[in-house]
Amino acid sequence: MKKSSTDLIYYGLVYFITCLAILVTLYPFLYVVSVSFSSVSAIDKQQVFLYPVDFTISGYKMVLQYKELWVSFYNTVWYTVVGTTLNIVATCLAAFPLSRSHFFLRRKLNFFIAFTMYFSGGLIPLYMLLTTLGLYNTRWVMVVPVLVITFNVMICRSAFEGIPKEIFESASIDGANDITMLFRLAVPIVKPTLAVLTLYYAVFHWNNFFSALLYLGNQELQPLQIFLRRVLIMASPEIMQRMGGATSTGALAVSSLQVRYVSIVVSILPIIMIYPFIQRYFVKGITLGAVKG
Amino acid sequence: MNSRTATLIRLVKRDKYLLLMFSPIFIYYLVIMYFPMPGVIMAFKNFTPGKGIFSGDWVGLKWFIQFYDSIYFWRLLRNTFLLAFLPLLFGFPIPILFAICVVEIKNRAFKRFAQTITYLPHFISTVVIAGMLINFLSPTDGIVNILLEKIGLERVNFMMEPGWFRTIFTSSDIWQSFGFSSIIYIAAIMSIDPEMYDSGKIDGVNKFQELWHLTLPSIKPTIIILLLLSLGGIMSVGFEKVYLLYNAATYETGDVLSTYVYRMGIIGQNYSFATAIGVFNSIITFILVFAANQLTRRATNMSLW
Repeated sequence: MKKSSTDLIYYGLVYFITCLAILVTLYPFLYVVSVSFSSVSAIDKQQVFLYPVDFTISGYKMVLQYKELWVSFYNTVWYTVVGTTLNIVATCLAAFPLSRSHFFLRRKLNFFIAFTMYFSGGLIPLYMLLTTLGLYNTRWVMVVPVLVITFNVMICRSAFEGIPKEIFESASIDGANDITMLFRLAVPIVKPTLAVLTLYYAVFHWNNFFSALLYLGNQELQPLQIFLRRVLIMASPEIMQRMGGATSTGALAVSSLQVRYVSIVVSILPIIMIYPFIQRYFVKGITLGAVKG
Repeated sequence: MNSRTATLIRLVKRDKYLLLMFSPIFIYYLVIMYFPMPGVIMAFKNFTPGKGIFSGDWVGLKWFIQFYDSIYFWRLLRNTFLLAFLPLLFGFPIPILFAICVVEIKNRAFKRFAQTITYLPHFISTVVIAGMLINFLSPTDGIVNILLEKIGLERVNFMMEPGWFRTIFTSSDIWQSFGFSSIIYIAAIMSIDPEMYDSGKIDGVNKFQELWHLTLPSIKPTIIILLLLSLGGIMSVGFEKVYLLYNAATYETGDVLSTYVYRMGIIGQNYSFATAIGVFNSIITFILVFAANQLTRRATNMSLW
């Protein structure tokens, strides 16, 4: 089929815009990775733009030795694994009763949780409550206050509601109670939805910075994001010196710029590694959210 | 025993497992979500720490008036609005444009590559995004200033200039979200009936006409819904990114209601004053969400509740 010249212009624009989008997104990452693998002298002379100059892994050796990085990394993994597990269990426990059409408290409890989406006590009263409960500076303060996200309960409830009634009816004739029905029947059927919710919750916990800023003063408990803030944003000279293996004169053995960029790569790497596995859920995830608004 | 109690007991017995299931959730909502709610009355009291939420004298609207009379009021209102509105204004059309381009790409590997790369920034934490920005824009060793100098321009201390804050905030927001936001438009375009395109081809329309008369009208409902939904969030700019990017030098353009509440309440321990500002923010947000919902209902017969 012959294409007209206007169509050629159209496709030219399509590829130009797409390439531009890729370039704009990719270049910052490319630059960070290049600096992280370049030699200190090349960085100091500002020769690095697109690829590593005088390839070296000394920056990584230095950063990975730093104990605080591993402590915060472990903490983040803990908060993500424990938090997400609790989230998924609690979301199912909340959504299933709300999806059962005969449940006599269904409407009242639906309103009870939906109300919190539009009205809350705000930051200060919650802060005072959690402090009073003794959660300040404990691991649980990162997971208990976000046991479920109401919006995700709604999504899960819709998924349960989509299961044909006949399945539950025949199970109840066989003598199954509601708990068996939830775990043996309903959960396996809505697995794709739960996979998406797992993704949402896990990303939330991995990136959660605000709760830690408010409630975790103890460095031993702080997650990766707080550590990254000190390295990247406050560029704490004390950390830079310890991480950079400071000499007696206080001069840095490696470039502090490199320490920062290596830290970025190290923190993004786990996300990039699981990225191919979660990517197939994106479209489903987005449409799930869109249906409920 | 009257019949109502009897019915209730029968229902509780029948649904006992459902009640059992929901009970931990009920306790969670009661303690974490509902217990702090009466705390908003602190906004109308003279609260002293250590004496309990309900201590202190009633002061009426004192804190609200104090806030309204301060230089912060209009500044915070303006900044909160602009830092949500500018990303919406400039960022809203870009995912649509990108989605239109992506679906036209015939080479499957390249198409997949484009999507994989542009979705990625969505999953990067705010701390890392802010960290990259601050380091790229650093006046001494930031790549942006190195390049500026290379082409013969002056170095700029971007993070200390109030005039740059909104530009940095908005453009990085678009950078992070345009790819992921395009997913829903790609799905919408893919679900258009291919026969419509076939009949268009027979009529001899070119690609631009096809875009204007076929593709865009078909995804118009999606565009309208998403636009109205984002209007509801226009006074709820995220705390984290502002907090990580701003500093005392850029308060003038960067400080928003939520960061001010944090500084006044958590750092400064002015609990009553901070709660009053929080209440003020909630009321505005609620009105906007409500208005957006009414608009959505009128425009599309769909609504959030």
